[in-house]
Amino acid sequence: MTKPKKPFSLAQRQAIWAYIFLLVPLTFFLVIRLYPAFDALRLSLLDFRSPLKPAPFIGLDNFKELLEDSVFHKALWNTLLYTLIGVPAQLALGLGIAMLLSSINRAKGFLRAVYFAPYITPIVASAWVWQWLLNKNFGPVNAIMIGLGLPAQPFLQSPDQALFAATALVVWQQLGFQIVIFIAGLEGVPRIYYEAAALDGANPWQRFRFITLPLLNATIVFSIVVATNGFLQLFTQIANLNPTDKGGPLDSTLTVALYIYRQGFDSSRFGYASAITVVLFIIILLFTILQLTVLRKRVDY
Amino acid sequence: MTSTQIAPRATTKRRPRQAAWWLYVVLILGGVITAFPFLWMFLTSLKTYQDVFLPNIIPTQPTFDNYSEVLGKTGFLRWFLNSVGVAVATTISVLIFDSMVAYTLAKLRFPGKEIIFVLILSTIMIPTEMLVIPWYLGALKLGIADSYFAIALPGMITAFGIFLLRGFFESIPDELFDAGRLDGLSEFGLYWRIGLPLVTPALAALAIFNFLGNYNAYLWPLIIIQSQEMRTLPVGIALFSSEAGTQWHLIMTASSLAVIPVLIVFAIFQKQIIEGVVLTGTKG
Repeated sequence: MTKPKKPFSLAQRQAIWAYIFLLVPLTFFLVIRLYPAFDALRLSLLDFRSPLKPAPFIGLDNFKELLEDSVFHKALWNTLLYTLIGVPAQLALGLGIAMLLSSINRAKGFLRAVYFAPYITPIVASAWVWQWLLNKNFGPVNAIMIGLGLPAQPFLQSPDQALFAATALVVWQQLGFQIVIFIAGLEGVPRIYYEAAALDGANPWQRFRFITLPLLNATIVFSIVVATNGFLQLFTQIANLNPTDKGGPLDSTLTVALYIYRQGFDSSRFGYASAITVVLFIIILLFTILQLTVLRKRVDY
Repeated sequence: MTSTQIAPRATTKRRPRQAAWWLYVVLILGGVITAFPFLWMFLTSLKTYQDVFLPNIIPTQPTFDNYSEVLGKTGFLRWFLNSVGVAVATTISVLIFDSMVAYTLAKLRFPGKEIIFVLILSTIMIPTEMLVIPWYLGALKLGIADSYFAIALPGMITAFGIFLLRGFFESIPDELFDAGRLDGLSEFGLYWRIGLPLVTPALAALAIFNFLGNYNAYLWPLIIIQSQEMRTLPVGIALFSSEAGTQWHLIMTASSLAVIPVLIVFAIFQKQIIEGVVLTGTKG
């Protein structure tokens, strides 16, 4: 405030306008975000099966059941696997392709657009295309495998392979976002650093390790956070890769988010499903805290 | 000023040297792999049912009959319009409300600011999965399930957009607003005439991001929609494909119908869309 004409009335005016501006949004956040979150917590303590029937309070029974529920354990383990495989794969490929794209001049924009396209197309449609692409008997991927003299693979029909095939779909679909973010990050690295390093005789690996990586740290942290959140809440891709047996075969692709849907909306066990959402919330919270403390530390130089 | 933040990117060419040929080989190979699913989808959509199960990639008798069949059999146009309608409505609402809150938190002084800030920030942590069950039960109780209002409501205001825009509003010097006050602008005028025009690149980025997110949304629409004619495109495509069995030529046609409009829009606004994603990613 350099020249407040009427300081008191200005402060009052500002406060009045602030509350007018905030009235609708604040109500929205309280009613549509915060209240339902607490309501999920309440539901997790009930045996809630239908809005039309009484829902008895059962304390922590839903959580106790979760400890015994082997399908839930499977979903939890799968979600962790997706994250542990998918996030590094997405990051390495994203950074690698971004670095290659940054070092070419011709057709750069076009190639970037090609890599980015899967990111904006409807996930549901992409999942169906992948189902057909990876079809055991008629899919082109197996046709290529056979052409190369390799045996045809069941991919999505095999409990051993389906999770990896599903991860490949997510990586394919999210990669463009990572590439675009990394290209922007790489453009922020001053060229002079590389020139100085080249004069000092640093080899490409050293330039990558001691210039690119440290200066890209903020971008990498952001990428990890976005990718991790995506994998922890993985739902649409998995639900559409095996629509008749969501999360199958043999629950080998089942995620926590999909299990919530199955319990809540297929089996009408809203209380039990809510208990799973509470666990998912805690997992996401822990991951976020972990990422912010461990990864943020290395951002500042 | 915020508007200059996108511009320099286009002019910085970091390596003017001739790039090695193998870079192009790797990148083009990767590009072919990335684009192949789309190509395969489109080629399958031109095949007849018998042709689908033959090993050839190119259709033997290309036909657009599948398109008229899918369009005739399903409420495809209705689903498409539903999706576009929901995406437009939520995006307009997000632009208005997110910018109002962001401006208030960045530029106005008032009691309770910190608490409100933390309250909105904390909602980012809550996963959608946790909210859909209470939303669903609430919508049933209010009798608004299966309505456009119920589909769109949860996306009307976003904490993400508020934090994105707040950063942009904060970078505007206070002097500009003081000058506006001296010129007799009201507090609303300051937001509308000075604040908003200076964050247009961020508003455009948020609009793109938000539109795509809502156009492609699946989980909540799947839960709240009951009738055939209320379906959004992703829900409609998924249910149609589930019912189509092994009629892959029709499933791929439905997928093509969902994907092609997006790819056309992307081809036209490619630069703006990618810059928008960069902006939301690096600032947000």
